[in-house]
Amino acid sequence: MITTPQEIITRMPASVWQPFDDPLDSGWAVDNFWAHWGLFSVGIIGFVLLVVMGFIWFERRFISPMQLRIGPNRCGPFGLLQPVADAVKVMLKEDIVPNLADKVVHFIAPIAIFVPVLLMFAVIPVHEGVGLIPDLNVGILFVIAVGSIETIAVFMAGWGSNNKYSILGAMRSVAMMVSYEMPMAFAVVAVVLVTGTLSLQGIVQAQTIPFALLLPMAFILYFIGALAELQRTPFDLLEAESEIIAGYHIEYSGMKFAMFYLGEYGGAIIQSALITTLFLAGWKGPFLPPFLWFMIKLFAVFGMIVWIRATWPRVRIDQLMSFAWKYMLPLSIVNLLIVALEVIWFEGDAVTWWLVPINIVICGALLTGWATFFKLRGGPQVES
Amino acid sequence: MSLKPVGIGLMQGLFVVFKHATRKRITEQYPEERLTVSRRTRAQELVWDPGLCTGCATCVKACPQGNLKVTTSVGPNNNYIVEKFENDEGRCIFCGLCVEACPYEALFFGRRYERSQYSRGELIADKDEMSGDDKERSAYFRPDLYDDLPEQTLLIYRKHKKII
Ligand code: SF4
Ligand code: SF4
Repeated sequence: MITTPQEIITRMPASVWQPFDDPLDSGWAVDNFWAHWGLFSVGIIGFVLLVVMGFIWFERRFISPMQLRIGPNRCGPFGLLQPVADAVKVMLKEDIVPNLADKVVHFIAPIAIFVPVLLMFAVIPVHEGVGLIPDLNVGILFVIAVGSIETIAVFMAGWGSNNKYSILGAMRSVAMMVSYEMPMAFAVVAVVLVTGTLSLQGIVQAQTIPFALLLPMAFILYFIGALAELQRTPFDLLEAESEIIAGYHIEYSGMKFAMFYLGEYGGAIIQSALITTLFLAGWKGPFLPPFLWFMIKLFAVFGMIVWIRATWPRVRIDQLMSFAWKYMLPLSIVNLLIVALEVIWFEGDAVTWWLVPINIVICGALLTGWATFFKLRGGPQVES
Repeated sequence: MSLKPVGIGLMQGLFVVFKHATRKRITEQYPEERLTVSRRTRAQELVWDPGLCTGCATCVKACPQGNLKVTTSVGPNNNYIVEKFENDEGRCIFCGLCVEACPYEALFFGRRYERSQYSRGELIADKDEMSGDDKERSAYFRPDLYDDLPEQTLLIYRKHKKII
């Protein structure tokens, strides 16, 4: 009989819990595996739900001055309770399942879209050694792998609804997410090359210079890719609130719709957190406590996303795909090559200040140069 | 072949939007700012003057909805005493025919527009309610009231006018 959690761990083959070994040794974390696991699981779920509410409020309050209006201001001070009111409203709504829907798939899709977000949060360090498994040695690979599950969830939602519009929306979403995942992955590989580690904690520790400065090209590519992955403006043509209805989650209502909403904003959190971790030096910063720095950077990145939403128009589907395959992918490969050469040149220690201006110049030259060759379609072009 | 500058327009757009964020916001409305409605508004209530009304019930005959109720009794000078004067504002279509029909100019439109109630029963305005002190009379079909009423404000407040 197994009676204690300790016994379970000792009976597991070492390879199963090896990745979890590190947080046990580091100073802050709770010394017991299950206590650590329980604490951080609950913590992450609470954190994500809270920050989702914070993001919804922040987005609506932040976009309103740009549109010369006030934003939610009725529920609580500064409308702070508006997300709560929305959540209550959406939970009380009727849950409609289409008659001919694939009931099981229809039911699982909203779960499958939200769970990867929580999973990805397991490896995000919010402080030195604080996180569920912040020092997982394949951290960023784990993030990219788990992040891909969302693509399947999107397709499940479209398929399970048994609605031609939702499946069309789902197919477009999947095409877009798959296309933009590649330049994003290449941008991440550039970071990994410079730091020499896949662990997110290791990546933050290696950033004596924020990589947004050291690897501006990778940063820009990753940011654009994140916008596409989140289906935010200018890549929100699948949702397009002002034109079509909702894309793949058109047949969802009530709590299931709320799960999609959660997944969407959870995705925004995780992408902001990843950009913070990979390119903005994570929890590092002067004067303020590390966790506060992390939150400030998180909200700053999301603020940038909202700012873009308030400004830019939406792209067409052909522009979207051309941009991914003909602009971002070649650039990301070239960028990877350049970073690799730099790493070889500096014999593995490429985090130096005087690479910053060089890389910024290279970035500008590449962006401008490739834009000159960029064509929307193949074949002869009519001069416009 | 010339080099295309990338994203200059997009960046300019970002800063234009940011400049907007520092401007005064033009939507600051209902509970904080209240509109002054048109002087001849046909708003959401009727106002009745008990001193002028003779109880002739012309208004009742004029009402296409049949929702005015007037009950009278004979007074000491062989005149009518109005015992009941009711308007069901839930059914009233605010057509104004009663106001136009009244030969003694005892019936007016009110100027208030916050007349929502929690139940239909509360919408029935009786004698006291229709002649209450808080009622403002609209100049609809009563042109002599027109000059004393405040000027109408637009939805977008006047102090922001130069922006538009
Ligand atoms: S406004 Fe029209 S509907 Fe209303 S009470 Fe007068 S006559 Fe009847
Ligand atoms: S028409 Fe005028 S005077 Fe006659 S009952 Fe109606 S309000 Fe009174």
